[in-house]
Amino acid sequence: MGRTLIKIAQSKHFPQILLLLILLVMGVVLSFLSPYFLTWSNFYNILDQTSVDIILAIGMAFVIASGGIDLSIGSVLAYSGIIMAFAMKAGIPVPLAVALGILAGVIIGLCSGLLISRLRLNPLVTTLGFMSIARGLALILTKSSAIFGFPNAFKFIGSGRVGPVNVPIIIALVIVIISYILLNKTKWGYYTLALGGNEEALRRAGVATYKYRTSIYVFCALMAAIAGMITIARLNSADPLAGWMVETDAIAAVVLGGTSLSGGRGSIVGAVLACLVLGMLDNGLILMAIPAYYQKLFCGLIIIIALVATELRNRKEHRNFV
Amino acid sequence: MGERKRQPFLQVKNIKKSFGRVEALRGADLEVYTGEILAIVGDNGAGKTTLIKTLSGVIRPDSGVIMIEGKVYQELNPRQALDLGISTVYQDLSLVNCRDVATNIFLGREPLRHKFFVDKRRMVAEAQEVLQQLNLKIPDIHAEVGQLSGGQRQGVAIARAIRFGGKLLIFDEPTAAMGVQESAAVLSLIRQLGQKGYAVILISHNMYEVFELAQRISVMRQGKVVSTVSTSDVTPNDVVALITGASEIPS
Repeated sequence: MGRTLIKIAQSKHFPQILLLLILLVMGVVLSFLSPYFLTWSNFYNILDQTSVDIILAIGMAFVIASGGIDLSIGSVLAYSGIIMAFAMKAGIPVPLAVALGILAGVIIGLCSGLLISRLRLNPLVTTLGFMSIARGLALILTKSSAIFGFPNAFKFIGSGRVGPVNVPIIIALVIVIISYILLNKTKWGYYTLALGGNEEALRRAGVATYKYRTSIYVFCALMAAIAGMITIARLNSADPLAGWMVETDAIAAVVLGGTSLSGGRGSIVGAVLACLVLGMLDNGLILMAIPAYYQKLFCGLIIIIALVATELRNRKEHRNFV
Repeated sequence: MGERKRQPFLQVKNIKKSFGRVEALRGADLEVYTGEILAIVGDNGAGKTTLIKTLSGVIRPDSGVIMIEGKVYQELNPRQALDLGISTVYQDLSLVNCRDVATNIFLGREPLRHKFFVDKRRMVAEAQEVLQQLNLKIPDIHAEVGQLSGGQRQGVAIARAIRFGGKLLIFDEPTAAMGVQESAAVLSLIRQLGQKGYAVILISHNMYEVFELAQRISVMRQGKVVSTVSTSDVTPNDVVALITGASEIPS
């Protein structure tokens, strides 16, 4: 028994196993605290609410696994949504409007990716800049007021159902599966992790590292844009302040899920589980009538703890190698 | 030396490279022939590693030319160098510590299934084969490279260079972190490579290694190759004198 526990603790899937346990414990505790918690509709509600967080966290997982960070996802979410909304208001067909909105977001990812990979700018500050640029654009374009009322075909993305399942949950699930395969089974995923582990080694192996690094930021922006699409479709309104501070939740979920803040290690499953934990926490706090702001506090704490843990581990590894 | 009229596999002429104010290479020349082991020796900071990094495309020289099989290049990038058949075992090993052995051996050249999925099974099988061929014992091929010993890590770096062979193999202090037995295995491997017809460049501080393996020795000092001698013509003391600059021209 003791030995099994040690084995689990040393396993590289330890963070994910731990999250699964936390999820179970939280589920049990919350169902005692609130009679509404353990209902099918509440469970469904959590999944539905979490789907956007999961999509954002997956984009972030790739960026962090590659040794970078992207603070602009919340702004890109809002900006993409606004472009989509304007396009639909202008009478552009829904698929084309969606494509335009996603393109707008992806261009921001392309810009930050190119600056970070080619000019070797600091990813934190570069994406902080684009965070402000995208948010600024969203506010300027809308004169800081939300855009309401979209075609039904579009609203279906946010609140429609296929069979018994909400469309956002389906979109999130598809993205989870595709990203899992991308990260673990394809060259792109291999190079994402190698970039985070030792970029110079990858360059010396003859790989055009800047192309891969850029594409990772494009992917992250794509995820943010898809999250934006779901968000405005669900609310039937595009708010220039949508996605405010979602980057902290996404970063917290990613590091909680076992992706290394210094890069080189990444887990899609972990990010998803962590999103569910945070979502359940959020849900539980609301059911117990505790202000949801506590969740922000919690996310911030997780990031700081993960930073400290990463730093300590790096110091230890450094001692081992040199 | 009459037969050395043939074309060298690789020839470097008057390569210069500065990092800021530091002149790492001040007009280095070098020739390597197919089927020979050439040792490059020199004191720390003589420019050995910088020179071989220009050959592997990691560093762009400021001036000078690199000729490979008669073709002239101003500079190389890593991809070009690999495609031209130059494989390098770097002093820092150039490994991704958080990835496993097979992934490191195939870094940048992953075999694919259905043109999309990395063929991990094949990578592991072939990695095992190469390691066996090299007589390198790695306890767990699925282990992260960062968990291996210094010698084992060096073994992985060497396995990568051997697996993708090419025509010129460059070893930058290949046995620095290895124990006696491991070094012996690597040295005998390098000798075999020379015999098999590869061109081999060996950077080493160990005179014993150099005299044991190399046919010729190029001595670097202050960013230049100050002389190149046949191992059979000199003694280790002569070479040490050349490294320190105590004598200019070999006896």
